[in-house]
Amino acid sequence: MWRKLNRLRTVLVPVILLAAGVSATVYFVENATPMAARLLVYPNVLRVLGQHLLLVLVSSLLAIAAAVPLGIIISRPAFRPVAPVIEGIVNIGQTVPSLAVLALFMTLFGLGFQTAVFALWLYSLLPILRNTYAGMKSIGPEIIEAARGMGMKAHRILSRIELPLAFPIIMAGIRTAVVINVGTATLASFIGAGGLGDFIVTGISLRRTELIYTGAALSALLAIFFDDLLARLEKYV
Amino acid sequence: MIRLENVTKHFPGQDHPAVNNLNMLIPEGEICVLVGPSGCGKTTTMKMINRLIEPTEGKIYIKGQDTATIDAIKLRLDIGYVIQEIGLFPHLTIAENIATVPREKGWPRDLINQRVDELLTLVGLEPEKYRHRKPADLSGGQRQRVGVARAMAADPPILLMDEPFGAVDPITRARLQNEFLEIQAQMRKTIIFVTHDIDEAIKMGDKIAIMRDGKLVQYAPPGELLSSPADEFVGRLLGPNRTIKRLNLIAVREALRSDLLPAVPSHLSSEEARLLLKGSKFNVLAVVDRRNSLTGFVRGEQLKNSSVVPVSEIAEPSPNVIEAEATLNEALSLMLGCGSQFVAVVSKKGEYKGVVTLGSLLELVKEDVKEDVA
Repeated sequence: MWRKLNRLRTVLVPVILLAAGVSATVYFVENATPMAARLLVYPNVLRVLGQHLLLVLVSSLLAIAAAVPLGIIISRPAFRPVAPVIEGIVNIGQTVPSLAVLALFMTLFGLGFQTAVFALWLYSLLPILRNTYAGMKSIGPEIIEAARGMGMKAHRILSRIELPLAFPIIMAGIRTAVVINVGTATLASFIGAGGLGDFIVTGISLRRTELIYTGAALSALLAIFFDDLLARLEKYV
Repeated sequence: MIRLENVTKHFPGQDHPAVNNLNMLIPEGEICVLVGPSGCGKTTTMKMINRLIEPTEGKIYIKGQDTATIDAIKLRLDIGYVIQEIGLFPHLTIAENIATVPREKGWPRDLINQRVDELLTLVGLEPEKYRHRKPADLSGGQRQRVGVARAMAADPPILLMDEPFGAVDPITRARLQNEFLEIQAQMRKTIIFVTHDIDEAIKMGDKIAIMRDGKLVQYAPPGELLSSPADEFVGRLLGPNRTIKRLNLIAVREALRSDLLPAVPSHLSSEEARLLLKGSKFNVLAVVDRRNSLTGFVRGEQLKNSSVVPVSEIAEPSPNVIEAEATLNEALSLMLGCGSQFVAVVSKKGEYKGVVTLGSLLELVKEDVKEDVA
């Protein structure tokens, strides 16, 4: 019975999330006060949602593409001594408030999508890098030694032994990064990169709670959706 | 054949070499046990053979070829490697684990599958049951078996084994050792076996290399080691009860006496059996069936007191029976355990062979000691 329920869950979660998103949107759009009603129309909701998705996807994929290989490289015996240094640098980067990061890069690269993606990318690096490194280090040295002793080549050990064993931990890092990313991406609105933040920021300045609620609800649901999607991807692989 | 020539390993940052000017010859088809306290360099020595560790000085030859000139990957693919159970890959199934080396060698898939089943059967695990399990689903002893099967997958002529039976309880350990010796009797691999357990070394080794502080203290067959330890260190390592340990080296069949306890076919009557009793030293007869299989014993009193019946009706089973392949040490513990002067010896198929007595056992040990001294 539990197995059945579990299988049902995989279908149910996205359906519930979609239903919640749609009903929240419909509710707020239909009940919008006059001042908010100009902004809160369906095409607008879809547009900012699309922008938000694009920001999250591009920055997350780039972060995975950079942080996973970097984490693997610093876990190699030759790089072990510099691993704490690199981790430290990325760690410090993480302590800077996300809004400050955006502001900082705005002065360097100007307003817009690219700056926002860059800041989000930088912000997503740490959880992925840290987990990749931790995942690689978690593998018992005796397992690697057995593989070496049996004559496996270094790249085969990486692809057949190390990566599969570290995969769940790496995936956990990616999930953390993406979930944080969905939330942080609402700040992109401040530098004119769009996204669900547009509703929240405008809602604050116009004091229209339905705008804030729409932006907040959709970004929260989006975070849960991505978390669930990645969890399923992990099991599937 | 493996030859180590002036092999030295000096790890950077250490005052003393881990292995110091080692010279050794390991004959083909024999088990050579490296034994000594931890830090004596036995594992380092073993790992230099498959070049997991490169020697600082000296050369290692396998069948006359300098290993330094062979590609390390190629060298390792032809040397089986067993470490403690934790060396199994936890995310792969038992079959995938065993298939590691054949896969690296690029064998065709059906040949690999066939080989995996063959090996699982060899180490006593049913292929259908265990093929698709993960290492975590197996007991410690089963994992060790898989480790051995994995090392033998591509039928390498040489096996390196680092405490291969280290992580299991003593009973399982003894069973694994016996099974492995049986496999080795057929396979005749050249084996380097590392252990810190001197009893295991005596049991497993055709030759034992005792190491201390990176040096080879004594290199000899176990019998010689026990009768003439090279120095005080070896003597202490072997322990005080060396004579009893010698019993581990002698098989029951070598001390077998077939004249002390006659067998009586089970269809004979008690009266006929009574005539045979004179030939028995212990006033007991072994009862055997048509195929000469031991079915029990009859005591002299039983024969005298009973009326005329077939002996099969008054025969009693007894626990003091042992296989001819067991060691005298096992025979001795059985005698002590049953409080008996003798144990009956049977073949693997259960055929009655004779007895080993406490007296013959003592005599044999005495002779053996004399021989070694002379």
